[in-house]
Amino acid sequence: MSDPRTPAVELRTLHVSWADAPGIWGFLTTVDHKRIAARYILTVVLLLFLAGMLALDMRLQLAMPDMERMTPQLYNESFSLHGSTMLFLVSVPVMEAMAIWLVPLMLGQRALAFPRLAAFSYWLYLGGVLMLWVPHAFGITPDLGWFEYPPLSGPAYSPGHRADIWAQMITFTEVAALAASVNIAATVLKMRSPGMTLARIPLFVWAMFLASLMTIFALPAVMMVTSMLIADRLVSTQFFAAAAGGDPILFQHLFWWFGHPEVYIIFLPAAGFVSVIVETFSRRTLFGHAAVVLSMLAIAALAFGLWVHHMFAVGLPRLGNDFYTAASMAVALPAGVQIFCWIATLASGRPRFDTPLLWVLAFIVTFVIGGLSGIMTASAPLDQQVTDTYFVVAHFHYVLVGGAMFPLFGAFTYWYPKATGRMMSELWGKISFWLIVGGFNLGFFPMHILGLQGMPRRIYTYSEGMGWGPLNMVASIGSAIAVAGGVLFVANAAWSYFRGRAAGPNPWGGSTLEWAAPSPPPQHNFDAMPVVDSLTPLWTQKQELAVMTGLAVDRREVLVTSVVEATPEYRQKSPPPSIAPLLAAIAVTILFVGSIFTPWALVWGAVPVAIGLTLWFWPQRERSTTGPLRARNR
Amino acid sequence: MTLRRLALLPGVLALSACEGGFQSPLAPAGEQAASIHSLFWLMMAVCGFMYLLVLAGLGIGLLRARRRRSETGEPSINPADRGLTRGLVAWAALIVVGLAVLITGSFLVERTIAGARARDALEVRVTGHQWWWRIQYRDPATGAWIETANELHLPLGQTTRIALGSSDVIHSFWVPNIAQKLDLIPGRINRVDLTPTRAGWFRGQCAEFCGVQHAHMALDVKVDTPEEFARWLASQRRPATPPADPAAARGLQLVTRGQCAMCHAIRGTQAVGRAGPDLTHFGGRRSVAAGTLTMSRGAVQGWITQPQAVKPGTMMPPVALSPADADAVSRYLMDLK
Repeated sequence: MSDPRTPAVELRTLHVSWADAPGIWGFLTTVDHKRIAARYILTVVLLLFLAGMLALDMRLQLAMPDMERMTPQLYNESFSLHGSTMLFLVSVPVMEAMAIWLVPLMLGQRALAFPRLAAFSYWLYLGGVLMLWVPHAFGITPDLGWFEYPPLSGPAYSPGHRADIWAQMITFTEVAALAASVNIAATVLKMRSPGMTLARIPLFVWAMFLASLMTIFALPAVMMVTSMLIADRLVSTQFFAAAAGGDPILFQHLFWWFGHPEVYIIFLPAAGFVSVIVETFSRRTLFGHAAVVLSMLAIAALAFGLWVHHMFAVGLPRLGNDFYTAASMAVALPAGVQIFCWIATLASGRPRFDTPLLWVLAFIVTFVIGGLSGIMTASAPLDQQVTDTYFVVAHFHYVLVGGAMFPLFGAFTYWYPKATGRMMSELWGKISFWLIVGGFNLGFFPMHILGLQGMPRRIYTYSEGMGWGPLNMVASIGSAIAVAGGVLFVANAAWSYFRGRAAGPNPWGGSTLEWAAPSPPPQHNFDAMPVVDSLTPLWTQKQELAVMTGLAVDRREVLVTSVVEATPEYRQKSPPPSIAPLLAAIAVTILFVGSIFTPWALVWGAVPVAIGLTLWFWPQRERSTTGPLRARNR
Repeated sequence: MTLRRLALLPGVLALSACEGGFQSPLAPAGEQAASIHSLFWLMMAVCGFMYLLVLAGLGIGLLRARRRRSETGEPSINPADRGLTRGLVAWAALIVVGLAVLITGSFLVERTIAGARARDALEVRVTGHQWWWRIQYRDPATGAWIETANELHLPLGQTTRIALGSSDVIHSFWVPNIAQKLDLIPGRINRVDLTPTRAGWFRGQCAEFCGVQHAHMALDVKVDTPEEFARWLASQRRPATPPADPAAARGLQLVTRGQCAMCHAIRGTQAVGRAGPDLTHFGGRRSVAAGTLTMSRGAVQGWITQPQAVKPGTMMPPVALSPADADAVSRYLMDLK
């Protein structure tokens, strides 16, 4: 294997080694992180649309007092499906999808650490999506909210399979999210390009790394609690039945142990987007890089110390409440530090006001409102007035939409040319921006006031005499405007895919490695592995990026580097495409769905799962090897 | 435009805050709600100030940056930011001070609310049911429990300690004008203190999602002067008086011998059911079906014959009655004062 090969031949070989099989087989077997991420994102967009339609439907019902277009049952199904979809099937998966797409590119790598695990995670996630939405088509929609507190969700008060569907859907999607998180964390730790020390990791990668660690710590709690609920329902354990010595509060502790970190699992990646966009469009390195990283760390740590603020009305000991008040409010410090760093970067830079930066500005203006109302709800006594009212509905929509979705829209616009090779239309981008931001604020700000006027959450109707009619009407109109803007945003993305202006490799003048790859990147991302010597390699190494050669071209191979200094350690075979992740995901789906109907599904369902995993991990013979690694400087 | 509109919003909020209704924490009529209300305005002041600072910082920063925009050239890498670093330290210090104020305020209000626990108080039990409230008063004379439903009377200026329990799922007891909310949880007893400071009618509503008719689980609350309250409690202690009017007497027969008595109790008659609300002084209440309908003969009749049309999913089964019987039953029930 020592024949001298020309670069052109090497490059062609590289393309062949990383190519997927053609056609449908390639579609089912691919382990390319970009294709998997694109699927995730398309699924999320579809779900966002469906959940948005549910929201509009509910806003119509609430627009006026005593409306009778929806039965209470249908309303309860709608808000349950809306919440469950948005929190479990949209927010977390879309951030993971962005990471699955971006992290290898930002690290200058060819693949994720575990490519087949990424494929498995998508197929399993799709199983969870179908698990929730297919029954909806048949009228067996979960109807107890996105939290499903027992005993309401227990066997006595929720006969039928609605609650089981919800519980198993959670376990499903959380397995998928765990798989994605483990993958991202391992990739960040061990697969950075040479020279990318901890101090040179891009901020989005930091954010995703921390969010992945949080996922790994938080999700087992919710998987456990939904499994306990299923056990209560199916095999008559009594975890949550007070009459038999169980405790319904146990559910809430475990649920919020996951449920609060979840907010930051969504917010941290968004903060990563904001940092990257602010830096690029201000044309200067981010002010306070270290402060922002430390703030993210602080948020990730604090997130686990304040779940009880969701339970201030439960009647826990008051001294405990004060502790959780202080811990919850403390998050304002790192969040405030981040906001300062972003504003300072903009103020001392030369900002270009393209659509991605507009989204960041809207994010700051909107998210800070959500943060401040968060401080208010963190206070135990004040929370005991506003919790479970529309004040909280307003608060968390400001945090999740203003704090996570706005940066996501910005990030989508920002990286769209990298993914598709074309720019999104600025004009339509700006129109949809103003519709979404204006409509959102018009729709959700009045809810703060409604909450303070005593309007509880999750009510399908209210009477004329309550005086909530006018503001609800405003809220409904605002939501409709925002949804129209969202549809326009997606239409712009679809139109630009075919007709958008050609982008070139680095249209915004970004500083991080993904902009060194062609747009759209080939399957192996980079022809040669980049070597970095700063935080902003594309700004400091302007002539040509230093690269490292010596990875095999005739098979899939990636470079593994050390955790702290990112010095090359060894070459690692990267698994080729395989049908096994899909088969394993189908087997797991059968097991989970079967277990709703009979506990024995756990027994016989394990057989197909074992077959899928055996196929997956079937040992393969090593093929050729190539020579030693060679560093080639510019 | 959004920026400008948002800057106006605290003002809009302040304006609309003046119109707190009969179910609103913004119009406090109780000691507990009042101390939380003052905490709310402290928070609004501090948070509003911080928000204005952020907006001002962003606005000034963008204006300055806009002026610099004509310069072209390379991105600047790690510029010296000594001034900004000092600003960051000052900003962080300001946040810490603001939070210290709010945490202290919150703690003090928590202590004030907890302070009522030391007082002697009227003992009341409230039990949540899907979707109505069982209410029981400790009779000061005999120590026995006097039961009613869906209408809570409180003596003005005195502390009432409510023991909250649930017979089925988790509910939440919330009368926002008077005090903060607290959950009703099966297997637990929570206690909340209410010290009303203004007489009149208020409204409470279940705040924790409790199933299909969560929206229609309201509670009428009447704050009486201590004398009125004593009179009212004495009237509740009495069993139901037998009807004088023959139509109502026919109603009594139907209610106590028919299916109503399976679920409802009327003290002084054979009806001793426990599944539904106690009807002993039903006609004296302000509303029907946990705040769903205003009390009237028509409402009562409609509720009995077609409860699922009024409150779809309610546990109350429809009762098939001839028009004459329905009339008799509603007459009887309205007479239970």
